[in-house]
Amino acid sequence: MPTRSVGIVYRKELTEALRDRRTVISTVLVPLLLFPVLSVGFGSLAVVLVGKAKEETPKVMLRGGEDSPAIVDGLKKLEKIEIVPLADNWKEQIVNKEIRATVEIPRRFEADIAQQKQDTVSIYKYEGELKSEFAAEKIDKYMNSYSQSVVKERLAARNLSDSVLKPFEIKQQNVAPPEKVSGAAFGGFIGYMVILLCMTGAMYPAMDLTAGEKERGTMETILSSPISRTHLVLGKFFLVLTAALGTAALSVLSMGVSFSVLSYYTGKTASGRAEAAAFLLHLGPKTVISVFIMALPIAVLFSAVLMTIALFAKTYKEAQSYLTPMTFVVIFPSIAAMLPGVELTSKLALIPILSTSLLCKELVAGTYHWNLIALIFLSTCVYAAMALFLAIKMFQRESVLFRS
Amino acid sequence: MIEARGLSKRFQDKKRGEIRAVDNVSFDCQPGKIYGLLGANGAGKTTTLRMLATILEPTDGTALICGHDVIEQPEKVRANVGFLSTATALYPRLTAQELVEYFGRLNGLDEPTLKKRVDDIFNRLDMNGFRDRRCDKLSTGMKQKTSIARTLVHDPLVMIFDEPTNGLDIMTARTIIGFIRECRDLGKTVIFSTHIMSEVEKLCDTIGIIESGKLLVEGSLAQLREKYGEQDLEEIFVKVVTPHFVAEESN
Repeated sequence: MPTRSVGIVYRKELTEALRDRRTVISTVLVPLLLFPVLSVGFGSLAVVLVGKAKEETPKVMLRGGEDSPAIVDGLKKLEKIEIVPLADNWKEQIVNKEIRATVEIPRRFEADIAQQKQDTVSIYKYEGELKSEFAAEKIDKYMNSYSQSVVKERLAARNLSDSVLKPFEIKQQNVAPPEKVSGAAFGGFIGYMVILLCMTGAMYPAMDLTAGEKERGTMETILSSPISRTHLVLGKFFLVLTAALGTAALSVLSMGVSFSVLSYYTGKTASGRAEAAAFLLHLGPKTVISVFIMALPIAVLFSAVLMTIALFAKTYKEAQSYLTPMTFVVIFPSIAAMLPGVELTSKLALIPILSTSLLCKELVAGTYHWNLIALIFLSTCVYAAMALFLAIKMFQRESVLFRS
Repeated sequence: MIEARGLSKRFQDKKRGEIRAVDNVSFDCQPGKIYGLLGANGAGKTTTLRMLATILEPTDGTALICGHDVIEQPEKVRANVGFLSTATALYPRLTAQELVEYFGRLNGLDEPTLKKRVDDIFNRLDMNGFRDRRCDKLSTGMKQKTSIARTLVHDPLVMIFDEPTNGLDIMTARTIIGFIRECRDLGKTVIFSTHIMSEVEKLCDTIGIIESGKLLVEGSLAQLREKYGEQDLEEIFVKVVTPHFVAEESN
């Protein structure tokens, strides 16, 4: 009875997998801990570090301004900025992070403003350096408000209202429901994570059940039993598939819990992470089930491909060197789906991984293009069936099983 | 019973081209008898036995095991064969009992029969002390007993042993030798390969000497002694193999 044989192999592989520390770590612990560590851990750390950077009173130098006492006085009175005496090596000091910025006020600045001549105030900073950017931002904000007050005074002197410079307001308004907005923003990420974790979840068992079995010398033992090689491959394959889907399911669960914890601590502010949390909490069962149904053929594809490649290796280490580059093959199309402007079309629906990733984005946003869904599901099923057929064929080849 | 007819196996090697690992080998093994396949390393013993166990498929020729063809009915052949070699390792994360049960189920035994069979074998081989211990925690002797139990669980009619005592200590090797004898006494057809002359002298009813994939001579120990005028099996082996070995070397 084929089902019985496949079931016997599957149960035995499952028993062994659950007793193997490495499999439990890669399939259960990593997906459960990855998101809390990445989101809550690094997220909180980032919040703390940014907060600290904002709280720091940056040291700023002033070049010029001797003939513009009002502006200099205004800068000196600015909260959380410390004006320090100018040094010749001020540029070097910015780069060495000894001071955060330098403001250059042109000669006769205030007199020129009075005569309505245009001057340029320069702010020197260390681009990309967070604390220097904050210092420059504070100075920029002050100079902008000063500029606006000058404009207002000039308009008032001519008895003109503010509307002369701003004849009308422009307002952008969103009409998409919140879940679609969140879906567009984070849907690609969900697809990317589900696909990537399907791959990483399948990787270790795929190596252990093929190259690992060769290395331990149990391949010959099992091949001497009456089970057909097709049933043997299927039993092993279902275990790898279970690991792939289990890893993906645990990661989504862990992602949801992590974001909800994060959302609780950030008080659901307007920050990106809090939005993500709110969005994930609103992921309905329909969306989750849809994403998993679409992930199924891709998990079949990964499991079969990884098993076929790993079977060529004689040892676990050799299999690792073959499979590690496969991660990039998966990452590139998954990331491509996250790029702005990449939309699902019938042509892209035929490209495995990319199509599923793009579809996840749509499903999470609540958009169901049934024609494309059918096309992607069927095409990925065809690729998956081909990969599984190849895996079965490889298990029949003596040159692969007994490679020396 | 085993009937090998013109068994051949060729491999392709990138450097050496085509290799004839086994070349047109024919022999018979009868129930209740032990057939010893004697040969040096690389002579073709393992490949021959792997073909009989259907782990490898013959390039030419075939063999019948209990009337089943190794090419046409490999699964039926395996259901009638117990295969043991030093290369047939155990699953490290299963207990001794789980491992034996696994192979029993793969051989199609139902649960009541399997339980009875496992209990019988574990009692007979004195394995109850470690039946729940994982295979990676077993001593070499315990592992060998578990391997024996694995080959016996489906009560096969044919036993194939490929250098079963290779690398084992004397006590464990004696257990294996005793087990092979027991199989013969139970009326099973037994074939085993070795390069240890003393094992052949102790056990075999028929001896086949193999070199470079060719079965050079076969007969009982008495027949070989008479034919080559030597008492010592090692001397007989050298006399048989040397001319062939020299010819192969000169090629």
